[in-house]
Amino acid sequence: MESSNNKIAFSRRSFLKTSALASGGMLIGFNLFNACKENVEMPIDLSTLNYNDFNAFIKISPEGKVTIFAPNPEIGQGVKTSMPMLIAEELDVLWEDVYVVQAPLDTENYKRQLAGGSQSLRLGWEPLRQTGASAKQMLVNAAAAKWGVDASECTAKQGVITNAKGETLGYGDVVLEAAQLEVPEEVTLKDPKDFTIIGQNTSNVDIDKIVTGKPLFGLDYKEEGMVYASVLRPPAFGQLLESFDATEAKAMPGVIDVITIGEKARDYLENHAKDDNYNSWTAQLSKSDKVVVIAKTTWEAINAKKALKATWKDDSTLESTELHDEKLLALLDGTNFKTERKDGNVKKAFAQADKVLERTYESPFLPHNTLEPMNFFASVTADKVRLVGPVQTPEPAANVVSKMLGRDIKQVSVEMTRMGGGFGRRLYGDFVYEAAEISNAIQKPVKMVSSREDDMSTGVYRPAIKYRIAASIKDGKLTGYHLKEAAVNVNMYGLIPNFFPAAAIKNYQVDTANYQSNITTGAWRAPYTNFLASAEQSFFDELAEELGVDRVQLHMDLLENVKKNPEPNIKYSPERLQGVIKLVVEKSNYGKPSEDGVYQGLAVYYCHNTHVAEVADIVMTNGEPIVKKVTCAVDCGIVINPLGALNQIKGGILDGIGHTMYSDFVFDNGVPQSNNFNSYQLIRMGQTPQVDVHFVKNDIAPTGLGEPTLPPIGGAVANAIYKATGQRLTKQPYMNNLQAEEVVS
Amino acid sequence: MSTFNLKINNKTHTVEVADDTPLLWVLRDHLNLVGTKYGCGIGQCGACSVHVDGNVTRSCLLPVSVAKDMDITTIEGLSENGDHPVQQAWKDIDVPQCGYCQAGQIMTASSFLKNNPNPSREDIRNAMHGNICRCASYNSIEEAVKVAAEKMS
Repeated sequence: MESSNNKIAFSRRSFLKTSALASGGMLIGFNLFNACKENVEMPIDLSTLNYNDFNAFIKISPEGKVTIFAPNPEIGQGVKTSMPMLIAEELDVLWEDVYVVQAPLDTENYKRQLAGGSQSLRLGWEPLRQTGASAKQMLVNAAAAKWGVDASECTAKQGVITNAKGETLGYGDVVLEAAQLEVPEEVTLKDPKDFTIIGQNTSNVDIDKIVTGKPLFGLDYKEEGMVYASVLRPPAFGQLLESFDATEAKAMPGVIDVITIGEKARDYLENHAKDDNYNSWTAQLSKSDKVVVIAKTTWEAINAKKALKATWKDDSTLESTELHDEKLLALLDGTNFKTERKDGNVKKAFAQADKVLERTYESPFLPHNTLEPMNFFASVTADKVRLVGPVQTPEPAANVVSKMLGRDIKQVSVEMTRMGGGFGRRLYGDFVYEAAEISNAIQKPVKMVSSREDDMSTGVYRPAIKYRIAASIKDGKLTGYHLKEAAVNVNMYGLIPNFFPAAAIKNYQVDTANYQSNITTGAWRAPYTNFLASAEQSFFDELAEELGVDRVQLHMDLLENVKKNPEPNIKYSPERLQGVIKLVVEKSNYGKPSEDGVYQGLAVYYCHNTHVAEVADIVMTNGEPIVKKVTCAVDCGIVINPLGALNQIKGGILDGIGHTMYSDFVFDNGVPQSNNFNSYQLIRMGQTPQVDVHFVKNDIAPTGLGEPTLPPIGGAVANAIYKATGQRLTKQPYMNNLQAEEVVS
Repeated sequence: MSTFNLKINNKTHTVEVADDTPLLWVLRDHLNLVGTKYGCGIGQCGACSVHVDGNVTRSCLLPVSVAKDMDITTIEGLSENGDHPVQQAWKDIDVPQCGYCQAGQIMTASSFLKNNPNPSREDIRNAMHGNICRCASYNSIEEAVKVAAEKMS
């Protein structure tokens, strides 16, 4: 199923082009998702690489070294390592001879140069390997021509081409000839059993720089003459700037100027936003003016901002968490829903039921808290707008800036740095727009830097969501399932209603409703499923108990139903979900008597194309549940880089434990009540279990791992806590809602 | 504004800054030693950890006027060639995801192991509890500290 979804129609000739570099060597440019334009020219000079027509370039030097210029942004999910591994595998070179360079981006037409949705590897799996294989074939063809033999008599391995007589030529020896050849129409990809790079533990390509503290991140980027900017934004959502007094701030050391921005952003919102198709990336643009301190250093800018005296006026309701709770519960109680999926007749099933189980699950807003706060460099001059920094969506960022400043898009360039975490936050370009507007106003290169307090309290949050899930039971059998979602601002996206348990239950319905808030919300690692999986997997645990059936058996039976009645719209594979359940049960000893005082909870989930099952082992220490161990079974197809895969899987699980157990984010009159790590809890080492990971081994095309292990863990933890305490926790963060006095031993 | 002579990574640097400027920002903005990271500014996350007279210290909370006579080591000066046992262990285990917090983690671990070369698992978990990793690479950090301890003994 996956491989047919992955197929992208192209002919090799149209997506790959080559040239001989003026400085020596062969250059290959390729476009993964579109055919290259007919008349596009390949550069012959590395300083003129353009990424408008190509996703990336491969340079093979006369010494046989391979350099991959890849503009795909790295946010910690490892694609800067794993995507080049796919090229190198089929090109058949030693990984030690491969260098990866983060390419700057010139804007115009680039596609899928955003990191999000765990899709980079899934989409790149075939085309990246085809690119490597095509280049290898051209090198072989060039060597064969040199020898005057047929290419089919030659083989290539680890950068060396060998003919039937045993003579050899290095890739570097034939790059100039290869660059002149036609791109082959057909190439054969390796059998997975012959992989020598894919499947090997491969370190992060930036590891040496990271452990020695080299400049890599946006916050580390500097230019001659650059000044720093600290931005005072409205303290409450719903407020606008009324007036300010900068007398004291202007007198502080290092302060160059105090200005306001906001006019350009408002102009964009009023005159251009409706024409653009990325409302979701610009929804966080504020209508308010903002006061900006420009200073010689970061500290002086942040420090002087504290001395600004501003007054604010209310523009819309200043909302509090109590209001959100009230509004979302009212939506769940009401009838004003949009039906996302409807199978059979839920109404009838519930009317005829012997028993109905209904539960409401609640989650708070959550900030992203990337450890590197939002920041961006901008240099606006008469003929150029240069933007440098950590952003996941360079294309919308460049387009919005060009419209805000009334510039031709060709004048705008975006260069991406390594990102100190993303989790969805850097999909939104508010910090890019601010930096551009500031530089435009002062006509100097500037670095906009948010303090931690700015970052946490003027964010783009995971919206608060509530689910009400109901199941109908008749003659001891599950007959209907009805899920209602009430979310702030936006509801679950299109595919989610087709995830499990869709198609497993005859009468099935998913309804959504939303409350429109002035608090900015957006994608947060595994959007929507990050809480939905917790809710559903807690519900299934209780449902199994209610039905008097084994939890594992309930899932296996429901998945059997799907196998018997295949349904084309569902996104998950019932066989693969059953596979991860069996594996996790075996590896965790789930359901068998375990050590004294250890309580286990199970959760199973499919999202972001990957199938996952998890068991959490908890112990009670001083009346508090502590997760001691998590066993995780993953089916992500072929594992490209096991080292990177384990990092993503374990990180997703521990991140999920932290946010479901400890992290809370409350609003009072529009003001976030947490703004730094003394008032907001992130998981720390002492709270982390060991994560034991097991892969289902198969030859299916790979799927991503940045997100899918996070959503189910909340359910596994809640189910384990139930076994330990008898309490069914339905509201996150769990530790705020556990009743200590009810703890059973 | 005052003039301070700072001894950092065995070199003396002279800076002219306000007395209350945190060492973190002197390192980053004045001396271009950007390996030391800003994460929270209130000593809660550990991204700015450096060694001051051999002890791990939050540079975001240390005013330059206090640091002036002290022996300061940053990630850039932890080893000549990036081959301190803790750095090597970080590479062996491939700890980093986004990598932003890792200089602080490495500085905390290297100071801790100097004082406790044979740590138990609980010792490691307690010592590293003050450093936040938002990517939650904690299992790998724990393993790498163990590996570094073995390298050092």
